[in-house]
Amino acid sequence: QGGGSAVIDMENMDDTSGSSFEDMGEMHQRMKEEEEEEAEGEAGAGEEEDGEFLGMKGLRGQLGRQVADQMWQVGKRQASRAFSLYANIDILRPYFDVEPVQVRARLLESMIPVKMINFPQKIAGELYGPLMLVFTLVAILLHGMKTSDTIIREGTLMGTAIGTCFGYWLGVSSFMYFLAYLCNAQITMVQMLSLLGYGLFGHCITLFVTYNIHFHSLFYIFWLVVGGLSTLRMVAVLVSRTVGHTQRLILCGTLAALHMLFLLYLHFAYHKVVEGILDTLEGPNMPPFQRVARDIPVVSNAVLNTTAKGIALTL
Amino acid sequence: FPGLADVSISQDIPVEGEITVPVGSHSPDEDYSTLDEPVKDTIMRDLKAVGKKFVHVMYPRKSSALLRDWDLWGPLVLCVSLALMLQGGSADSKDDGGPQFAEVFVIIWFGAVVITLNSKLLGGTISFFQSLCVLGYCVLPLTVAMLVCRLVLLAGAGTISFIIRLIVVGAMFAWSTLASTAFLADSQPPNRKALVVYPIFLFYFVISWMILTFTPQ
Repeated sequence: QGGGSAVIDMENMDDTSGSSFEDMGEMHQRMKEEEEEEAEGEAGAGEEEDGEFLGMKGLRGQLGRQVADQMWQVGKRQASRAFSLYANIDILRPYFDVEPVQVRARLLESMIPVKMINFPQKIAGELYGPLMLVFTLVAILLHGMKTSDTIIREGTLMGTAIGTCFGYWLGVSSFMYFLAYLCNAQITMVQMLSLLGYGLFGHCITLFVTYNIHFHSLFYIFWLVVGGLSTLRMVAVLVSRTVGHTQRLILCGTLAALHMLFLLYLHFAYHKVVEGILDTLEGPNMPPFQRVARDIPVVSNAVLNTTAKGIALTL
Repeated sequence: FPGLADVSISQDIPVEGEITVPVGSHSPDEDYSTLDEPVKDTIMRDLKAVGKKFVHVMYPRKSSALLRDWDLWGPLVLCVSLALMLQGGSADSKDDGGPQFAEVFVIIWFGAVVITLNSKLLGGTISFFQSLCVLGYCVLPLTVAMLVCRLVLLAGAGTISFIIRLIVVGAMFAWSTLASTAFLADSQPPNRKALVVYPIFLFYFVISWMILTFTPQ
């Protein structure tokens, strides 16, 4: 009615929404009427039956219903917790959904570098193939260690083989995923595991051949050709998913270096070095690999002794 | 007792019920009746079950007895005997040239668990312990191969003995793989059998490799 009033008069507001005050008032009244009707109905029914104090029965029934409800909730919660514990295996189920033809196709594809690096290449997020390849690598490594008479004192052959292969697969995958996160590459953890796992196919072939045919030049040819092809494939796929020259360089350089160096390490650490074919390592320096079986504590003891002697001399 | 004369039950609330103890019908309940038998009977029954499964492994036929009543006694006995026989294959007494007892044990059980998980993830219908049971029992041919290898090595360790051992271990390895495949591959969808057979092949290959490269000193 006058300007300058600070109070908003709600009654004059044109509010067409359903939650206006008038409507709320109406709804409230309607609900109260319904309750009264229900109470009347119950009371009426109660009067008809003899000897039953309906009020008490209503309360007891409600209490019983509540208790039963609570028990059901608790039971349901326990069952769902137990189920989620079991269902953890079902989290991995979609990653094992493959056919043998698909596995074979992916194994062959892992040796063929792709040409198109301008749009992202598809990586299958599958874990069966990589897992089987890691186990195969473990088996080949065991064979190589045994034929080279490697003696490992502070561990076991089996433990070393499993630790090396799984450590490489899981560790390098995690490291590359971290780098990919830093370099803004579009790749998920499962895809990275899958890519690196299939890259081990080249390693398996190389080691299988060269652990049985001991020619150094043959190993270097295999290292460059087979190792190089699988590295090129992984690098091409990563490049297609990364933007920016520096990032591409970082990612691909790291992956190529780790992949090729791992193959080199597997060959030289667990393989018998035949003396006559040491042409690449001969020179004025002492060759780093002895012809006897690798005996780690002796070396460490020798190092300790020389260090102690050196310290004693300087003192 | 005058005080008790007032004890009365209100007429409104009826008290009724039955105070009868249901006498259990004498149904042939096996669990109840085997408690009274002598220990020899229990042991003989278990041994016969284990022996029957051994026969099933040596002559693999499509019978479901191995799967239905699974037990882990046989695999335990086989695993322990194989691990004991693989002891002492080292160059020095302090050296770890051969597999230790714990190593063999862990490899067999860990490998069996991995294969079981793999077959379950690939959509297999067999249960966890049934699969463990089958894989454990199928180690029997390789244990026999280990016995034969030790006997051959008593005679000497030359090239001929190596060839004999290679043939024996190879044959037993093929037998093990075929026996376990006959039981396990049936529970898979038909186009994925190769995916399940390959890890079994690897598993028995590793065990055969351990047996073949065993050289007692």
